[in-house]
Amino acid sequence: MEIPRHWRLKQQRYSLVGEVCPHCDNKIFPPRDVCPNCGGEAKELYTFSGKGEVYSFTTIYEAPSGFDANAPYTVALVKLEEGPMVTAQLTDLDNAPVEIGMPVEMVTRKMRNDGDERGIIVYGYKFRLRK
Amino acid sequence: MTEVVIAGIGQTEVGEHWDIGLRDLAYAAIHDAIEDSGGLKPQSLFVGNMLAPNLSNQAHLGVLIADFAGLLGIEAVTVEAAGASGGAALRQGYLAVKSGLVDVALVVGVEKFTDKVGAGVDAALATTSDSDFEAVQGLTLAGQAALLMKRYMHEYQVPADGFAGFALTAHANGANNPCAMFRKAIKLETYTKAEMVSDPLNMFDIAPNADGAAAVVLTRRDVLPKDFAHPLVKIAGSAAASDTLALHDRKDMLYFDTAQLSAGKAMKQAGIILDQVNFFEYHDMFSIYAALQLEAVGFAIKGKGWKLAADGEIRLKGRIPCATMGGLKARGFAGGATGVYQAVEAAAQLRGQAGANQIAGAKYGLIQSMGGPASTVVSHVLQGLN
Repeated sequence: MEIPRHWRLKQQRYSLVGEVCPHCDNKIFPPRDVCPNCGGEAKELYTFSGKGEVYSFTTIYEAPSGFDANAPYTVALVKLEEGPMVTAQLTDLDNAPVEIGMPVEMVTRKMRNDGDERGIIVYGYKFRLRK
Repeated sequence: MTEVVIAGIGQTEVGEHWDIGLRDLAYAAIHDAIEDSGGLKPQSLFVGNMLAPNLSNQAHLGVLIADFAGLLGIEAVTVEAAGASGGAALRQGYLAVKSGLVDVALVVGVEKFTDKVGAGVDAALATTSDSDFEAVQGLTLAGQAALLMKRYMHEYQVPADGFAGFALTAHANGANNPCAMFRKAIKLETYTKAEMVSDPLNMFDIAPNADGAAAVVLTRRDVLPKDFAHPLVKIAGSAAASDTLALHDRKDMLYFDTAQLSAGKAMKQAGIILDQVNFFEYHDMFSIYAALQLEAVGFAIKGKGWKLAADGEIRLKGRIPCATMGGLKARGFAGGATGVYQAVEAAAQLRGQAGANQIAGAKYGLIQSMGGPASTVVSHVLQGLN
């Protein structure tokens, strides 16, 4: 049970809210308080478009606990149009082959069950093919 | 200038030790290391451990182990840096002795994987990645390595069996290491036919998780008698560096900055250049990591680390022997003990006690202990003293 933890990340999980650096205009996701580009303080919120392309991907056959019911599943590194990279599952693939460079967009999906059947269900971002 | 030497080494066999607990494993290695040092009495104990609070529901290992080993009264703490815990503990021991405040430091790395099994182990390992933004997506450590490997193969047009050389070399060397988990050479077909774990990463690209403990006793050279029982090995260089925890936050994920940075510093301290390194113990938890370490340290140019293995250049008689006692792949990945195993194996090489796997005339060994995809890298240069 990690309710506060998932709750406080709801802006990131549901709508890809990151930050924009007020000093160098670098777009940052996930949010962090020190800009990795210029070292200045960055606390200004910025909502990403959710559009990007596949930088790399893999299929997970041996899943950790909490995810075993969904295995096998595909996890990708998605390069967002605004610059940052995110780690996310690809969804709604319908057996379509995945390729590096493929355009994708963010959707909200069920991520995992938090332990027992009375535990919370975590929702968050995944990416699907963009047509 | 204080010279820090390894006066004693000890290690247990790496494997699934269902009948041996965390504290017993640690003590077995400590016992042998202290005996090998001629009975030196440590004043400080540094324990390298990665996941005991999760895998064994046991924290506060410093005291647990000091108590069990009959060393109560001494300073005893745990050092954690994921897979680099062993190297990080070794460095703390080194710093303690180097500072002059501690005469004898004991470093033990220990991991007890088999207190948990199956998906729980993968979940525990995944806690060493970014929990909020990587593990929550169901990414495993093998998955993380697979993402790197996929992109690497794409950018550098590596053939499907391009990484086989790492497993072949490791298993060939592990065959002669009595403490290795796997002591059997494998054929190329074994690699090419292996089950996929996270495409393109197959079972033979991954080091096995296993139980084990290794220990070293560190002291100043001038503390020891001139007629000491065995050749001494000096820690000639020690450095550590950090990079982003999450892979997605890297500027260039196909270059292991921390491997370059820490190796460069350690070699500079030792006063040597790369050509003088006689063997390299990398952290081959995944074959792609070994390739990227070879490139970052400078043994291969970018995109060609895999070729060094494919061409046999990392074998015992190759240009730069690697994983000389089996590496993580064949000796086994014993979590936070791994970096200390590397030190024990390198010390054996430099003493001339590596048996069938002895690198003739080895004087300098470089060892790298790594946490995550080079999020932490701790490098040590060990030098044989005659």
